[in-house]
Amino acid sequence: MSCLIGLRNCDYMVGIVGYGVHIPRYRIKVEEIARIWGDDGGGIKDSLGIIEKSVPGMDEDAATFAVEASRNAVHYSGVEPKRINAIFVGSESHPYAVKPTATIVAEAIGATPHLTAVDMQFACKAGTTAIQCCMGMCSSEMIEYGLGIGTDISQGRPGDALEYSAGAGAAAFIIGRKNVIAEIEGTCSYTTDTPDFWRRPGMDFPSHGGRFTGEPAYFKHTVNASKELMEKLGLKPSDFDYAVFHQPNGKFPLQVAKILQIDVGKVKQGLMTPLIGNTYSAASLIGLASVLDVAKPGSRILLTSFGSGAGSDSFSIVVTDKILEKKGYNRTVIQFVGDKEYLDYGLYVKQKRKLKTL
Amino acid sequence: MSSMTVGLPLTWRRIPERYNLIGSECEICHTKYFPVRRICPQCRRKGKMKEVKLSGKGKVYSYTRIYAPPSGFELDAPYMIAIIELEEGPRLTAQVEDCNARDVKIGTPVEMIFRKIQEDGKEGLIHYGFKFKTVSGTSHILQE
Ligand SMILES: [Zn+2]
Repeated sequence: MSCLIGLRNCDYMVGIVGYGVHIPRYRIKVEEIARIWGDDGGGIKDSLGIIEKSVPGMDEDAATFAVEASRNAVHYSGVEPKRINAIFVGSESHPYAVKPTATIVAEAIGATPHLTAVDMQFACKAGTTAIQCCMGMCSSEMIEYGLGIGTDISQGRPGDALEYSAGAGAAAFIIGRKNVIAEIEGTCSYTTDTPDFWRRPGMDFPSHGGRFTGEPAYFKHTVNASKELMEKLGLKPSDFDYAVFHQPNGKFPLQVAKILQIDVGKVKQGLMTPLIGNTYSAASLIGLASVLDVAKPGSRILLTSFGSGAGSDSFSIVVTDKILEKKGYNRTVIQFVGDKEYLDYGLYVKQKRKLKTL
Repeated sequence: MSSMTVGLPLTWRRIPERYNLIGSECEICHTKYFPVRRICPQCRRKGKMKEVKLSGKGKVYSYTRIYAPPSGFELDAPYMIAIIELEEGPRLTAQVEDCNARDVKIGTPVEMIFRKIQEDGKEGLIHYGFKFKTVSGTSHILQE
C-alpha cells in the first residue's frame, strides 16, 4: 500500500520552520554491557556498528525528552507557541498508558489551550508519521503551525541483543507554510502487517523476531518507500546530497544506501546510532537534525523512517536560504553527542530501574 | 478518595509555576516574585500584581548534597539541592541535575530544565517540573 502527498502544486511550500533535539548526557559503552554477560565486546561493537549508547537520567522519560526537544525547536523557529495548533507525539514509551504526553508538551511550551493534540505509536516511525499529519493539516490550512515529535526511552531486556542498542533521545519539528528552512517536497509511505517486533500491554520489555527483523521488515519497507518516493517525484539517487534512514544499528542504513545505489558517504552525517544507540521514534529524526545542522541552501535530503509492525515513511526535503539566518540558534546534534558522562553497568541498572525492586 | 488522588487539585494548580516558572510582578515597583503572590509586600494595598514568566536563568546562591533523602526521593540519592537566584531577583530551591557535582559552586550560572520531580507510586500521577543544570558552554542561552 502506498500514498503520496505531493505538495509541488500548492501556491506555498510546506516545510520545516524549526527543529530541536534532546539527547541525555549519560552513555554506556557496548564493551561494558558485554563484560557483564561474558560476551565478546569488540565483536558486538563491530557487528552492530555501535560504540556506545545514550542512557536517560533517572528523572527523564519520553515526556521530559519531548518537552526539552520542543522548547529547542520553538526557540529556533521563533514561532509564538500559541500559533502552534497541533501537537503529535510519536513514541513507543509514552510515560502513561492513558494520559497524553502531547498535553504535557503543549502546557510546557505554552501552546495551550487552543490546539489539538494526540499521542501516536508505531514502534520507531511514529515521529515521522507525526510530521506527515502536521503537513496535511498545514497544507489544508486547518492549522498555522504543527509540532511533530519523535521521543523514546527504550528498553532492552537485560542480556538480550537489544540491550546493546536501545538508546534514548527526542527530536521535534515545527511544520508550517511560512519561513521554512527546508521545504518538504513530497512524502510517501509503505505499510504491511509484519510481526517483526512487538510489546504486549503491561510488559516491560519488547519481543522480537531476531533475524526476521532484517530482510522482510527493515529492508523491504525502507527500500520500497524510498524507491516509490523517488519514482513519484521523478528523482534519481544522485539527486540527493544526504540520505537519512532509520538506524536500529550502525550497519543497516549503510546497507540500505547500497541497495538504493546512494553513495554511502551521504549517509554519514545523519548516522548517529554508533554514538547514541537506537533512539527509536527519534532515530531518523535526530539524523535529519544532524544533517540540517550543516546543510547548505539547495541541499536535497532523503529521509526514510522504519517502524516495526511494519511501515516506512519517506520524505524528500530541500533546504532553503532561510537556514542561513538560523545558524547557531541551537546546540547542534554533535554538541549534544559530545556532552557526555559514562556509566558503569551498576549505575546503568540503577538509572534505568531495570531491577523490579527499583 | 484514594490516597493517590489527594493532592490532585494542588498539583494541577501548580502546573504553570512548575512547568514554566510563572511568578508575579508588581506593576507599581516592578519587583518580581516566585511563586505567585497576590499582594506586593513592599507596596501593600497600592501594589498591582500581574503574572510573569521568569527566564529560567540564574546562578547558584547556595547548595548542598543530599545523601539521606525524604521518602519518594530515595532512588535519586545522592543528589544536589540548590537555592537558585534567578536573573529577575527571586530565589527558589531546586534540584541541580545533569552536571558533575564538582562543577556546582556558589555563583555558578544555571538554567532551567524540565524533569520528572516525583511519581506517586506505580499507579499514581507523575509530577513534572523545573530542575536546573549548569550552563554548558554550547547552550543557546549563552548565545542570546
Ligand atoms: Zn510593589
